[in-house]
Formats: sequence, structure tokens, C-alpha cells
Amino acid sequence: MMTDEVRSMSATAQPRLIRWSVVLPGLAALACALVLPQFANAYVTEVATTALLYVVLCLGLNIVVGYAGLLDLGYAAFFAVGAYTSGILTAEFGFNFWLTIPVAMAAACVAGIIIGAPTLRLRSDYLAIVTLGFGEIVRIIARNLDITGGASGLIGIERPEIFGFRLMQVQHFYYAFLVLALLTAFVCLSVERSRMGRAWFYVRYDEDAAAGIGINRVTAKLQAYMMGAVIASVAGCLYAAKMTAISPESFTFNQSLLILLGVVLGGMGRIPGVVLGAVLVALLPEVLRGAGTYRPLVTAVALLAIMLFRPNGLWPDKRV
Amino acid sequence: MTLDLLIQQLVNGLIVGSFYALIALGYSMVFGVIKLLNFAHGDIYMNGAFVGLIVFSFVGIWVGNGWLGVVCALLMSMLVVGLLGVVIERFAYRPMRNAPRLSILITALGASMVLNGTALALTGGRHYAFNTDLGFAGVDISTVHITYTQMVLVAASIALMAGMQAFVSRTMYGKAMRAVSIDMGASRLMGIDVDRVIALTFFMGSALAAGGGVMAGAYYGSVHFFMGFIMGLKAFTAAVIGGIGSVPGAMLGGLLLGLLEAFGSSLPFVGSEWRDVFVFGTLILFLVFKPTGLLGRSVVERV
Repeated sequence: MMTDEVRSMSATAQPRLIRWSVVLPGLAALACALVLPQFANAYVTEVATTALLYVVLCLGLNIVVGYAGLLDLGYAAFFAVGAYTSGILTAEFGFNFWLTIPVAMAAACVAGIIIGAPTLRLRSDYLAIVTLGFGEIVRIIARNLDITGGASGLIGIERPEIFGFRLMQVQHFYYAFLVLALLTAFVCLSVERSRMGRAWFYVRYDEDAAAGIGINRVTAKLQAYMMGAVIASVAGCLYAAKMTAISPESFTFNQSLLILLGVVLGGMGRIPGVVLGAVLVALLPEVLRGAGTYRPLVTAVALLAIMLFRPNGLWPDKRV
Repeated sequence: MTLDLLIQQLVNGLIVGSFYALIALGYSMVFGVIKLLNFAHGDIYMNGAFVGLIVFSFVGIWVGNGWLGVVCALLMSMLVVGLLGVVIERFAYRPMRNAPRLSILITALGASMVLNGTALALTGGRHYAFNTDLGFAGVDISTVHITYTQMVLVAASIALMAGMQAFVSRTMYGKAMRAVSIDMGASRLMGIDVDRVIALTFFMGSALAAGGGVMAGAYYGSVHFFMGFIMGLKAFTAAVIGGIGSVPGAMLGGLLLGLLEAFGSSLPFVGSEWRDVFVFGTLILFLVFKPTGLLGRSVVERV
């Protein structure tokens, strides 16, 4: 296992040939994604938009869980930070939507440092439970502050405008999320191959060995954690703009769990796998529409079954 | 805030703290033996409360809704849910024992959600009343009112914890448990049936959680499928405060957490909505400044 790992690691350092077996299906999928709203009805476009939202969120969480091996069970909190920051600034203070994105990214960074800096030194399971608690804290804060609209949520968030064109219909947001998903995938692809990305892989495999070869593991983990947080917050901004109303109930532990399921389902650490997982997670509620109260159970059984029978996901990372 | 109210709050805090201690103890035992954060622990507690409620509503026909009924429900629920804990360990955790840490944590999370989801599917998310005849009679010590229920529940949790401590420190199985928690491989070489010791630990930890669940159900008068989630977090917090893996630490941590919570919700601006924020804030502070807890020894990182 370890030798394979080392071999493929050194392979990435050599000049890479373009792998057409990945690029061609990828391009085909992209072409389908581009023309989809022209043919599909509003319902399908809506579901596809949700799928793209999950693609962004799962890719972001994949950096934390898949690359750096940190189990974050409160990922929805950063999604909430982005959505609320953007929502409050546009609805209460009349900010331009696009200006709220950097503010939300900064807010997510600060939140990530507050929660990550002290806990990332500790064992990974401590981080899991602390992030779980953090997710709850953010939700409770959103429920109990006046500025967030309390339990009933925040309404009247402005629709964003770009070059005098206002994003209104579901197709517009579909394309906005598609652009965001592509951007996120691009960012993931670049960091995966970067020095930082390789440091994450080493920290994930063997923290002590990574420290031994001069990687600052706390810095490496914090970078992964913050990058994940920033991606979630940008997704949150766009989500708030699309929904025009947000409430604490969109950012529960179940939301974090669903995003994690997407990452684990497709295959931790592998971009195409995570995209597949995210799409499946978005489709899950539609497929299980009739299941009612059984839905969480089905989701949970799926998660457990994957861990037990395909621990590396449906489309695993070959380097694992 | 008057002094009387404060003292009453502190007493209530101690009582709630004794539940936390009971549940934190199970968390700590399981963690001690297989170094796994059993996310399902809170849901086992919730299942314990439901099994207790079912038993209670059946035996209530013969023995009434008084003490006898509650004790029957408590013991039955501890047995049934203890076995459930063994089953979970057998099917969800044992196959993963040599898997990467992340996979085991996610499996534990999956087990937790399966229990939670089953309870939601079966109960439809409703609150169920746990109506006992225990009432509010009790004793008044100056201005503080303590019901008999509270006194008995605290006594019962102390008895359970003392029994557990005696088991772990005095019996052969307890010795085996301690050996496995120090070095699983060496214990196996010494002829200890490690799988059986782990199963036993899960049985006892789950039985304690179930006991806590039944007591909480009888104390608060209602059970709900979501009650385990927050309790799991709090029990973990209690275990961390006391020092995870340490049996006396879990008890101390539970009591302190109960007190902190009671005290925290009577502070101005903190209020009961913010209580959980206060709890997790405490958890984070402890992890930052004293990760080994009050009574824990420093754990060598597993390489």
C-alpha cells in the first residue's frame, strides 16, 4: 500500500501526459451540463442546480476530509457563515452582492481559525466532535440573534446583478453555480498537485513521518481547513442569493452529514469521485421523496454500507 | 437572581450532572479500550430511553407506574440495549478495527445515524410521555426542594458507577479490560480474548447509557428521538473535562458539567437558549488548555 503510494506520488512529479480517458468523459459531461437548461424543464433544472451546489460543497469538504484527513462534522456551519454574511449585508445594509463574497470569505477564514487553530493540534477524533459542537453553536447563534432573523430566518435578500443583468430565474442560478463548481474544481485540481496538496497527503498518511520530513502539520491542516471553509462560504453567498430567504434549519447537522456522505460515497480525495457523490446526494431526496420519515435511515444505511463494503467509495482514488 | 434560586439551580445541576457522568462513563470505557469515539453512544442512550418506555408501559399493567415499574424498565432496558451495543460493535466496528482512523470514525457516525434514523422512522419524530407516579413529593432543606425521584436517581447513578468502578478495578474481566486498553496486541499474546473483552466493554458502556436514558426519561417525563444527539455531545464534553479514558474522571466531569450548565444558564445574558453554546465553549477551552482533562493521564499518540 505504502509503496504504491510512493510510486504514484513520484509519478505526479514527472511531466504528466493528458489522460484522455478522464478528459473526454469530463468534456462530454461539461457539454451536457452546459446545454441542460435549454432542454430540461424547471424541475430538472432546479434539481441540477442543487446538485451543482452539492458539488461545490463536497469538493470543499473533500479538501478537509479527503486531502488532509480531518473529519469535519460541522461543515454546514461555514456554509451558514457565508449565507448569513452575504444575506445580512445585502438585506440589512444594502451591500452589492459581489462585494459580500470577499467579506464572507474573510468571515469564514476567521471562523476557521477560531475553531481550527486550537483544535487541529489534537487527535483527529477530537476535531470531529469539536466541529460537531461548532456546527451546533453556529446554528444556535443564528436562531437566537436578532440580526439573523432568529428562528424564522432572514428574508428579502437581494438578487445579484452582473453588468446590469439581474440573476432571477432558476436557469441563471444554474449557470452561476456551474461556473462556481468549475472554479472550485479548478482550484482543487491545482492545490491537489501543489506543494501544499502533497503536504496534506503526507499528513493524512502519517503525521509523524510528515513532521519528520519538515512539514508543519498544524499549518498544513489549518490551510486545508480554511480553504474548505472559504469554499463553503462562497457557496453560501450564492445559495442565499438564490433562495432570497435563509433560516437556521438549512444548516443543521444533517446538512453537514449529507455533504460528508457525498464525499465518502464518491471516493474521498478524488475529484471525479466526489462530483459523482455530490450528484448522487442531491438526487437522493428526489428518489426518496416517498420515503418520508425513513429518509434519514436510508441515508444512514447507505453511509454505513459504503464504509463497510467499499471503504474507498464508489469511484476510489487509485493512490489510496 | 436570589441566593435561594442559585442554590436550587446548583442542586439541579448536580442531579443532571449525575446523568451526564453515567453516560460519560460509558463513553470513556469504550474510548479506553478501542480508542474510538463512539458517536453512537448518544443514540444508544436514546434507544435505552425508548426501550425503557416500552417495558414500562407493559410492566406498568402489573406492577403500576411507581418505583417497581421504573426499576423493571431500567434493568430490562440496560440488558436489551447492552446487547444492542454488542451487536453494533460486532457488525459495524469489528470489521473496521484495522482500517484507517477516518473510516472508523465515519462508520461510528453511520451507526449513530442508523440508530437515530430507525428511531425517527418508528416514532415519527413525536415526543412520547414517560408518565410515572413518582410525583413531586420530596424533602425541603431550608429553601431547596429535592424530590424523592431526584434523590433516588442520583443514588442509582452513583450505585451504577461505583459498581462499574469495582468491576473494573477488582475482577479478572476488569483487569483484562485495563490490559487491553494499554496494549491490545500484548494482551492477545497473554491469552486474553480481546474480542470478548471489547464486546463486554460495549455491553457495559451501552447498558450504562441505557440506564441514563431511562432515568432521564423518568426524570423529564418525555422521550424523543433527538434526545441522544445533544446528550452524546455533552457526555463527550464531560468525559473530556474529567479526562477521557479515566473512570473517576468521567464522574467528576459529569458533575462539573451539570454545575457549569446550571450556573451558566443563570448568568445574565447567557439564558437557557445559550446553554449549549456555553457547554461547547467549555469543551473547546478544555481541549485547548488542558486536553488531558482534570484526572486524565497524557495519552501517547498512536503512530
